[in-house]
Amino acid sequence: MAYFLQQTINGLTLGAIYGLIAIGYTMVYGIIGMINFAHGDIYMIGAFISVIVFLVLGAAGVTYVPAAILVMLLASMCLTALYGWAVERIAYRPLRRSPRLAPLISAIGMSILLQNSVQLLQGARDKAIPPLIQGGIVLMEQDGFTVTLSWLQILIIGMTVALMAGFSWVIAATPLGRAQRACEQDRVMASLLGIDVDRTISWTFMIGAALAAVAGLMVTLYWGVADFFMGFLAGVKAFTAAVLGGVGSLPGAMLGGMLIGLIEALYSGYFSVEYKDVSVFAVLILVLIFRPTGLLGRPEVEKV
Amino acid sequence: MIARLKDAGLAGLAAFGLSLPMLGLETIDAGNGKLGLATHFDRVAITVAMVFLGRLFLSRVRLPKLPAKFQVTRLPAVHIPWAPFFIVLALILPVLPFASRYVVDLATTVLIYVMLGSGLNVVVGLAGLLDLGYVAFYAVGAYSFALLAKYLHFTFWEALPLAGLFAGSFGLLLGFPVLRLRGDYLAIVTLGFGEIIRIILINLPPVTGGPNGIDVPRPSFFGLAMERSVPKGMTSFAHFFNIGFDPMQRVWFLYYIVLALLLAAILLIQRLRRLPVGRAWEALREDEIASRALGIDPTKTKLSAFAIGAMLAGFAGCFFATRQGFISPESFTFMESATILAIVVLGGMGSQLGVVLASLVLVGLPEVGRQFAEFRMILFGMAMIAIMVWRPKGLLSHRQPTIKLSTIKLPKPGAGV
Repeated sequence: MAYFLQQTINGLTLGAIYGLIAIGYTMVYGIIGMINFAHGDIYMIGAFISVIVFLVLGAAGVTYVPAAILVMLLASMCLTALYGWAVERIAYRPLRRSPRLAPLISAIGMSILLQNSVQLLQGARDKAIPPLIQGGIVLMEQDGFTVTLSWLQILIIGMTVALMAGFSWVIAATPLGRAQRACEQDRVMASLLGIDVDRTISWTFMIGAALAAVAGLMVTLYWGVADFFMGFLAGVKAFTAAVLGGVGSLPGAMLGGMLIGLIEALYSGYFSVEYKDVSVFAVLILVLIFRPTGLLGRPEVEKV
Repeated sequence: MIARLKDAGLAGLAAFGLSLPMLGLETIDAGNGKLGLATHFDRVAITVAMVFLGRLFLSRVRLPKLPAKFQVTRLPAVHIPWAPFFIVLALILPVLPFASRYVVDLATTVLIYVMLGSGLNVVVGLAGLLDLGYVAFYAVGAYSFALLAKYLHFTFWEALPLAGLFAGSFGLLLGFPVLRLRGDYLAIVTLGFGEIIRIILINLPPVTGGPNGIDVPRPSFFGLAMERSVPKGMTSFAHFFNIGFDPMQRVWFLYYIVLALLLAAILLIQRLRRLPVGRAWEALREDEIASRALGIDPTKTKLSAFAIGAMLAGFAGCFFATRQGFISPESFTFMESATILAIVVLGGMGSQLGVVLASLVLVGLPEVGRQFAEFRMILFGMAMIAIMVWRPKGLLSHRQPTIKLSTIKLPKPGAGV
């Protein structure tokens, strides 16, 4: 029981991170109908910028941890959002009206470009930073096994919940959110009604990238390392989360992220660590076969 | 002018924000396991200046549109017999004066990719199914030969048909549950399959050798060994024909094997395209609902394309294994799938000639530019984006049906078939 509880806590933490990345996939898919293959690498960029800002702060002599984390968070979100904007501007906007496969290929190209640029500029080695937040609450002890909820896990889950709430409010109640929902339903009609579609899409990419940057920062704090290849697997898993929850649905992305995190943690806790990625892919395949719309997605009507 | 300055200024500002952390501050090892920073603000300044000036002066310069007769789409219609030209070139390549061992080796690599591209072209280009895990079938082909050779002592020629058969059945098996998914979902599921295969190969060391890989025997020429150290009970090729041993013999031999395999594969594909099943692929790609209304069974048709694509990858994998003499899961990563897909899409989906050209561009050129080894993958990614932005339909985009009804008079039908 204690072991199960610990794995559940770990899984939910992991799931919160996947959920944050999944939001970027699900929003972009909802609004322009493409898989933003470079989104995982945007998350990797977010993690790297966090590491770099951490080192800059260290060099500047900032030692107060909450201030350092806040600065890392803001800097990483802003700069990564800029990356999200640039990726869309360079690789996707010129392809708005082209065959369906073209943006996907240019997205794969962008992913390769980002990964290898970071590898070239920052080196291929793992970038490790010392743990900033240590300790936690001991929840229970049983048969010599201690269940702990670390402060960092509380921070990650709390931050995710807060961002989700704020973001849902943006979608539901602000002009930008209304524009996004309008573009999702019908881009031509939205532009006829005076909505700047390109600008809305740019904002979507920037928000998605900022959320991915938060995930990148959290992972860097949680595991203590970042490397140039970390975006690929995390990206695929986050996409799985988005599909599991129902592409286009924000609560779905969060729910899917949590479920994927739980599946991964429990599978590696009870069965085998080597095959934990296989378990995630297997879930993806099963969901797509038996419930292609995901858990919270709307069924799609095929039109001639 | 003010507006342009402002625009260029914004572009420069964006470049500053993008390059400051990643380009200007390099994370380096500062000793005792800690990270330090090295600053390269000069690089940031150069980047920003280049973006600013580029945006300022180049934004108004539009590349002139090529006159119609120079457009690349017209390439097959210029009545240069490209297909025979390439075939003859490929046949005589090893005897050409510049053909060193390196050139023939490189040509062999390019031909493997042409073969993979042709197979994936059936799936993506003709049937319109986006497969991001094509490398799985390549791996199945390679590992079936490796395992057959290790446990049952099969030779290359005995294992070749079986490798294709295994990969093809594997395609059927995987394709059956997932082929009713829509395009993008299918892409992700196939990507998942590709990764699953790789993870399984890594984690089954007793059978597959795990990450350490597995040794594979070399092919023989009608029972004559092509190696320097001849296995017991075999005669060597050099000995039989009473000529001296020369490592070039094997390089040539491998080159002609893959060329023969490739020509057979292309012949098969070109024939299939004219059969009802091939026409059904193209019909399905163009409009699934209409094809269904006309009585085409989408599942069967898609499955056949998937299985044939997989089978060709299996043959290619079997050859790849015997050529390398050693395989490990490292050779079958997602990057490989992405490269093959890029070959198909950049070449122009459905175009056989496009696959050849794109393989030359994507596989051949990076090898030639070896001194830029560090920048190779960066250039590769940039090329994928640039070609898509410039020609979203690929280099040679012709989506004419392979066969048209003969009663309708059309100007120059069926060019390039």
